[in-house]
Amino acid sequence: MTTARSLLLAALLAGCAVPALAETIYVSNEKDNSLSIIDGATLTVTETVKVGRRPRGITLSADGKHLYICASDDDTVQVMDLATKKILHNLPSGEDPELFALHPDGKQLFIANEESNVVTVVDVPNRKVAYQVDVGVEPEGMAVSPDGKWAVNTSETTNMVHWIDTEKRAVVDHTLVDARPRYAQFSKDGSRLWVSAEIGGTLSVIDTASRKVAQTIRFKIKGVPQDRIQPVGVKLTDDGRYAFVALGPANHVAVVDAQTFAVKDYLLVGRRVWQLDLSPDQKRLYATNGVSGDVSVIDVDSLKVVKSIKTGRYPWGVAVKG
Amino acid sequence: MRFNLWLPSLMQISLLAGGLCASPAALSQEAAPADPSAIRIAYLTQEVEHPPALSNLDEPPADEGLAGATLALADNNSTGRFLKQRFELEAVTVPIDGDPAQALRELAAAGHRLVVLDLPGETPGALARLPEAANLLLFNAGSTDDSLRNALCAPNLLHTAPDRAMLADGLAQYLAVKRWTKWLLIVGTRPEDRLYAAAVKRAAKRFGAEVVEEKTWSEDHDARRTAQAEMPVFTQGKRHDVVIVADEIGDFGDYVMYRTWEPRPVAGTQGLVPTNWHRTHEAWGSAQLQSRFKAAAQRTMLPRDYAAWAAVRAVGEAATRTGSTAAATLTAYIRGPDFALAAFKGVPLSFRSWDGQLRQPVLVAADRSLVSVSPQDGFLHPKTELDTLGHDQPETGCRR
Repeated sequence: MTTARSLLLAALLAGCAVPALAETIYVSNEKDNSLSIIDGATLTVTETVKVGRRPRGITLSADGKHLYICASDDDTVQVMDLATKKILHNLPSGEDPELFALHPDGKQLFIANEESNVVTVVDVPNRKVAYQVDVGVEPEGMAVSPDGKWAVNTSETTNMVHWIDTEKRAVVDHTLVDARPRYAQFSKDGSRLWVSAEIGGTLSVIDTASRKVAQTIRFKIKGVPQDRIQPVGVKLTDDGRYAFVALGPANHVAVVDAQTFAVKDYLLVGRRVWQLDLSPDQKRLYATNGVSGDVSVIDVDSLKVVKSIKTGRYPWGVAVKG
Repeated sequence: MRFNLWLPSLMQISLLAGGLCASPAALSQEAAPADPSAIRIAYLTQEVEHPPALSNLDEPPADEGLAGATLALADNNSTGRFLKQRFELEAVTVPIDGDPAQALRELAAAGHRLVVLDLPGETPGALARLPEAANLLLFNAGSTDDSLRNALCAPNLLHTAPDRAMLADGLAQYLAVKRWTKWLLIVGTRPEDRLYAAAVKRAAKRFGAEVVEEKTWSEDHDARRTAQAEMPVFTQGKRHDVVIVADEIGDFGDYVMYRTWEPRPVAGTQGLVPTNWHRTHEAWGSAQLQSRFKAAAQRTMLPRDYAAWAAVRAVGEAATRTGSTAAATLTAYIRGPDFALAAFKGVPLSFRSWDGQLRQPVLVAADRSLVSVSPQDGFLHPKTELDTLGHDQPETGCRR
């Protein structure tokens, strides 16, 4: 049925003559130790590149020339030159890096070390650990505020958001959220922090100024047991219109009105949808589906899933380059 | 007199926050205040004599259960330091000829209100009935006896260990999905084997399977020397899809596999096992728990470790959510409708209101691969599919 649907959608897509986009989509395949490279114009995998063991979080450098890859089982962050697709060097990352966030200065990389309960801050140009900060049990989600003042980390077993003051280089506050917080993203203006809770099944919207939970968003999908609804990846559109939330084994991406906090729609994607990224023009959303081993392409204007693209085994992270 | 003899051999280990979690410099400004009121949790177990078993490859670790409680204490303290909460664990091991009831009285007299019991059989039910236990909250992390969730249930007794019915139901659902519905049941001679067999028969009835034949493996076979000769003949009988063994101590079950008359899979206490925890489980972040446990205990995490971990974490979760260190507040929250424990099984876990059992998925595992996780798709329940496993509200025998 999925095949039939994607064929149909592919046919529709071809008919609609969607303008060719120049973007490139990078997807880390957790159980294949590889990176799938997707051409945004044709929406096909053009190349699969071997990387370190158990690649998970990936993110682009500020200038878009490099890709940082958490190679969790190699306990390192690899730096790939996107022109040559060669690994240039490794960054010291601390143990088992899973997710990270780049400071707006492009120089400080904040890495969650899942097995050692610390956040490692790497000085990227000098390839050195700048400092480490103790956080709760199983740190996972990382985000840096647009003004660079805050780095936040979510800890999955402690169930908190830890607020790291980047000038003081220390944790200065904690916000309790629902069970197993996985992912954090600041709004474009930095006034709000959105945090998903996988086992709690909720999305918390935290006011940055007070560091208190302002809104808790819940999800309900007809025909899907409530405990399958496990929010993981979150992406906000820059215009403040939507928050997209990957709901894991519920196999849907929720569309939340970022102003009213009402859930507007649920989009059926592949199995165990994990992480999300938007195209630079914000017209497309890409979602990695771990269990079905593919990436769903969502058209943001029509809120329709337009294609699924087969990748390697257990696609995890996704990053889109303009 | 007996009490005096017992006391000197009582092992007491106090594990304090400072010794367990590293606190590097970055955190010093977050350190707990000088005199916080610690949340005290006791862990009570008893040394047991392991009966001789034919299959004696794996030595049972002496710290099964305690190692799980210890890890959970470290987890609680890692979280607690952000909330200025400190947890302490006092572990008491009663010797083989000691009296767990007396040990519990001692703990109650010392001011303990939250006690994890890692004790076998019906002992937790008896301890819960002691007058001194009336104001305690007890967690049964060691006994799978169904009677503790039914006739012997008690209002002050919760269960983080699964019961046999829950385990058997988890296996039965998977076998039903496979349509392996005709079972040959082989039961050992020990009382707990018969309890396991009873749970298997109950599960067969609930999920549309049939025990076509039941045989008892009596102890007069020498299976190791003559397994090749004994097992094929012993497993002859009515047509069946799968052989289920009920052999809790692991006496003969491992010798059934590959020796059956018909080429049939083996499940139950050996072969494909239903369990609350298994080393092959790595989904939902459990790879992290497995490696954290291994680093701390130098071995893989076992079912009783997980049950004790869940009990101590339940206290930690209640303290985090209520912001309280008062045992009465924590107890009320743990038993209340808002309690939800994230415990690496993909769904929030909570305690059943009717018998105090922690509702939880059951892993169905082979030695080196996780085969499935029950409840299986399609076994529906009006409230939560987790309640398709074990004793559901309408059928409970608990009148507390």
